[in-house]
Amino acid sequence: MQKMPNWADVVLVPVLSLVLAAIISAIVILAIGHNPIDALGIMVKGALGNSANVSYTLYYATNFIFTGLAVAVAYHARMFNIGGEGQAYIGGLGAALACLYIPWPHWTLALIGGGVAAAVFGAAWAAIPAYLQAKRGSHIVITTIMFNYMAYPLLNFLLNGPIKAGGMEPATPSFAEAMHLPNLSAILGAVGISFSDRGPANFALIIALLACVFVWALIWKTKLGYETRAFGESESAAKYAGIKPTKIIMIAMLISGGLAGMMAINNVMGEAERLVLNAVEGAGFIGIAVALMGRNHPVGILIAAILFGILYQGGAELSAELRIPREMVTVIQALVILFTGALDNMVRMPIEKLFVAFGRKGAN
Amino acid sequence: MDLLAFFDIAVLDGTVRLGVPLLLACLAGLFSERAGIFDIGLEGKMLISAFLAAGVSFTTGSVWLGLIAGIMASVVLSLLHGLASITFRGNQLISGVAINFFASGITVVAAQAWFGEGGRTPSLSGAARFESIQFPGALTRIRDIAKADLPMKVYSELLSGHTIIVYLCILIVPFVWWTLYRTRFGLRLRAVGENPGAVDTAGISVYRMRYSAVIICGVLCGLAGAYLSTGLQAGFVREMTAGRGYIALAALIFAKWRPWQALGATMLFGYLQALAIRPDILERAIGIRVQTQVLDALPYVLTVIVLAGFVGKAIPPRAGGEAYVKER
Amino acid sequence: MTAPAPAIELVGISKAFGPVQANKDISIRVMPGTIHGIIGENGAGKSTLMSILYGFYKADAGEVFINGQKTEIPDSQAAIAAGIGMVFQHFKLVENFTVLENVILGVEDGFLLRPSLTKARKELKQLSEEYELHVDPDAVIEEIGVGMQQRVEILKALYRQADILILDEPTGVLTPAEADQLFRILGRLREEGKTIILITHKLREIMEITDTVSVMRRGEMTATVKTAETDPAQLAELMVGRKVLLQVDKVPAKPGDVILDVQNLNVTDAQGVHRVKNVSFNIRAGEILGIAGVAGNGQSELLEVLGGYEKGTGTITVNGQPIDLTGKYSDGQSRRKRGIAHVPEDRQREGLVMNFSAWENTAFGYHSDPRYQKNVLFMDHAAIKADTAEKMERFDVRPPNPLLAAKNFSGGNQQKIVVAREIERNPDVLLIGQPTRGVDIGAIEFIHKQIVALRDQGKAILLVSVELDEIMSLSDRIAVMFDGRIMGERLPQDTNVQELGLLMAGVQGDAA
Repeated sequence: MQKMPNWADVVLVPVLSLVLAAIISAIVILAIGHNPIDALGIMVKGALGNSANVSYTLYYATNFIFTGLAVAVAYHARMFNIGGEGQAYIGGLGAALACLYIPWPHWTLALIGGGVAAAVFGAAWAAIPAYLQAKRGSHIVITTIMFNYMAYPLLNFLLNGPIKAGGMEPATPSFAEAMHLPNLSAILGAVGISFSDRGPANFALIIALLACVFVWALIWKTKLGYETRAFGESESAAKYAGIKPTKIIMIAMLISGGLAGMMAINNVMGEAERLVLNAVEGAGFIGIAVALMGRNHPVGILIAAILFGILYQGGAELSAELRIPREMVTVIQALVILFTGALDNMVRMPIEKLFVAFGRKGAN
Repeated sequence: MDLLAFFDIAVLDGTVRLGVPLLLACLAGLFSERAGIFDIGLEGKMLISAFLAAGVSFTTGSVWLGLIAGIMASVVLSLLHGLASITFRGNQLISGVAINFFASGITVVAAQAWFGEGGRTPSLSGAARFESIQFPGALTRIRDIAKADLPMKVYSELLSGHTIIVYLCILIVPFVWWTLYRTRFGLRLRAVGENPGAVDTAGISVYRMRYSAVIICGVLCGLAGAYLSTGLQAGFVREMTAGRGYIALAALIFAKWRPWQALGATMLFGYLQALAIRPDILERAIGIRVQTQVLDALPYVLTVIVLAGFVGKAIPPRAGGEAYVKER
Repeated sequence: MTAPAPAIELVGISKAFGPVQANKDISIRVMPGTIHGIIGENGAGKSTLMSILYGFYKADAGEVFINGQKTEIPDSQAAIAAGIGMVFQHFKLVENFTVLENVILGVEDGFLLRPSLTKARKELKQLSEEYELHVDPDAVIEEIGVGMQQRVEILKALYRQADILILDEPTGVLTPAEADQLFRILGRLREEGKTIILITHKLREIMEITDTVSVMRRGEMTATVKTAETDPAQLAELMVGRKVLLQVDKVPAKPGDVILDVQNLNVTDAQGVHRVKNVSFNIRAGEILGIAGVAGNGQSELLEVLGGYEKGTGTITVNGQPIDLTGKYSDGQSRRKRGIAHVPEDRQREGLVMNFSAWENTAFGYHSDPRYQKNVLFMDHAAIKADTAEKMERFDVRPPNPLLAAKNFSGGNQQKIVVAREIERNPDVLLIGQPTRGVDIGAIEFIHKQIVALRDQGKAILLVSVELDEIMSLSDRIAVMFDGRIMGERLPQDTNVQELGLLMAGVQGDAA
């Protein structure tokens, strides 16, 4: 028996969860002495007010698409990858090494070389927790968190030593001019749309959209995706059907880590054009909220990523204008995870009851 | 090389200081997980308690009021976790993650709104902090201790000079053991984490047992967090828990969900943390200078190693992580 | 003289789960000092009714009278207080607790455990002697057998001073001998004036021990009769609502060459327990070998090794060619390529992915089949859906909608989806475990016919079932497993339930 129509499950429940998260966020803003309506206005204006701001919003959204997809792919195999943050850090290292030590003659080649290096490094950082989960049953949530904590000292060491540029800042030298990815304004300009070049959105956005298509096809159209979903739904049934747990866990986590690592195409290669210490800025964690809110589906993730892009960019304006710290975004992110993930039933059950009640009436 | 340096009194003293919050958090996790509720939100509960304890202590000048405030904040998050995982049968991992992020964000937002010092509280002093308790006759000045003989060093540095919370901790492990294995509450708690159906059919409310467990978990996390900001340090700084909640969970698995073993496991991690902040002693012990970043990563690396290998066969409570649904 | 008040009287009980009406206006009277049977198919609503009586569910309507007094039973605590004890089908015991700890759980005498334990130990000794319920109070539950675990459950109820005892499918996990012992205990309890409600789907048990029997069908109580005044055929008809064939129609087997040959198979599970011990047998073309035995005697592991998802040692050949028991090609998909199809014992945990749609489940295990691939990269969903629709029609799966998730089908239709998937592949060997567990009688008949038809096409079939009736009526040869060993082989026409029962209990016959 189906309790409620599909549209309610896909649209109504997440939207209601979001509304709840928004209400609590408004209460928090109220509690620290600001008007939530004003705050919302500042955020929306800051995120969408002009094309430079939109560029920032899209830049952040690009980050979140990568990390959101990373969480989603692992989630389909019932692996909770909280290590996106660390994997993105190490992916950045891979991209930086590829761009610093290989003289790519053109940005397209750098994109391929750097992107592959980022993916490989990110995947490698996910590989150990994945292996420990598959072979030794070590809890992947704790191990991926530990790997987040390890990624930072590793970069801290490298950026203060072996790959440090001159000067005080812990960062690598800038990549060569030829490797810089085109800005979104250049891309849109090529098709006759004028767009500000003062924002950081860049070619990585195209790659992120391609990644959405890739993940969609992978999960829903291929045999590997079929096996991954079967394993994620029921490990015992997967074993019966001859689906190998170790293989699924490893592949899903490697793809997940690779996607998180590929975020470096955007933030390291596309924006900073060098590797700085705190390059990821929590995007790995926001990926969790994005994936949950997007129901682990690329379309949902795309929408959720843009929403969080607005939040993140708007949050920057908020901190500039009202001196509300950027961490307000973390609070909202937590509330989104809470309502769309953990408290899903709280929203779902009353709606299901309503549909059952109305369904009965309709049948009578 | 001077292997004896591994047993340097200052490091052992640090072990106790740093091990205590881990122990409290680990026992918090023990209550929750023994009742069948996985809790990766220990971190967030400690963090929010650390913040509120410091904030209230500073504002009121009383560390005890701060402690109560911290514990209450932690319990509120515990109840939220209970609501998600017990009442609404949500995913316990996701709920824990949400709580951690919530604490991580709200502490900074609130600290900024409250004190305007960039997400921290002002430094605490006097009655706004847990003072060290000096044993009679114990030496207090570092210079004197350095010159004293070994028994005096042990007495003055390792045994004397801790806060009340540390001394309370000495009693807490046997108390937890006794509660778990010798009382009706303990029997029911262990049963509800193994087979909630058995508890339910015996006429005991599964919800009530599980809510009690998460509340105890909240109190202990609150204690741990308050100790961090008002005992170990003098004030709250952002992210001051630094992964202790997760390390406590690893210790819990290492201890196979048993109280005495939890003491051993958390003291081991406390020792590693104590060693990590004393590169000089480590250098003396092994004769090589170790990069500070390596030391920073050390507790986390060892947590992974413990989870990967030395645990042996850790069988978690059988009903752990799953919401209770009555069978038809 | 007036008749005594009924120990239990239910009046007009109704209960719905969402749109499903589990109990419809049920009334029943159970007289004190009697054994009252409630019989019905799976899903007829027996367990729901008893759960209401035990305070597990709240009835939507209706009243409960205990010893003539109207009684509200909002929770289990109230049921216990009213003198009701329940032995569930799946025991409600804490596995790593001792017998004593399980007995006192919920009725401790104070905050400290020690006095309760001392008191319970004394009382348990008394109860054991009184009712021949022998158990070791300090044994840990996971280390004792199911028969003894069941006695612990009965003791738990008696320790709580139950006068009314409800047993839900109590013999499912017992050997015939253990079942006999249980019935002796129940008889003894009846002598002591206890009232017993026995829920079962086995007609034999009803006839053997009950005084009165009530029949349930689709949530309704269809009849209550004195056991002495009825017979199994009448009860079966009342259960199903029409005359049923209790016998499977089949012609004698014409066995051909050996298809499946198993020699010296041993299985040790992940916990290091030796589950299957030196098992050898073969199955010829056109033959059904039935494996009888009480659940948990190595049959599941035997199926799992043959099905490719448990490791074992020994030799297994199909058509004379050995199959791998370890390594890269020891998995379900490799087995299927070798012509071994497998209907697993537990369709919900293994045979199906409950959240997958019917078409996704039809490809399950065969998802590498070239027919299901569009090209090297993608699967051909349209082809799978078409195939599913066809199979659903042939097996009369209702509703015949390939897009519906497996969890939304009834037990019988779920099983049909699995059986269709495995049989329609035209395998050489069919492994089939508990083919009709939780399946309604109509579907049972259908599935039995399919199994026999497959045999008649010359396939080798290994049937594992804990239902002796099913084994007896379907098998051409019967092997009995006990404690991981094959205790002996019999021909169905040359044996009877008593003899098989002894083998199931590990008593070696002379000819074995």
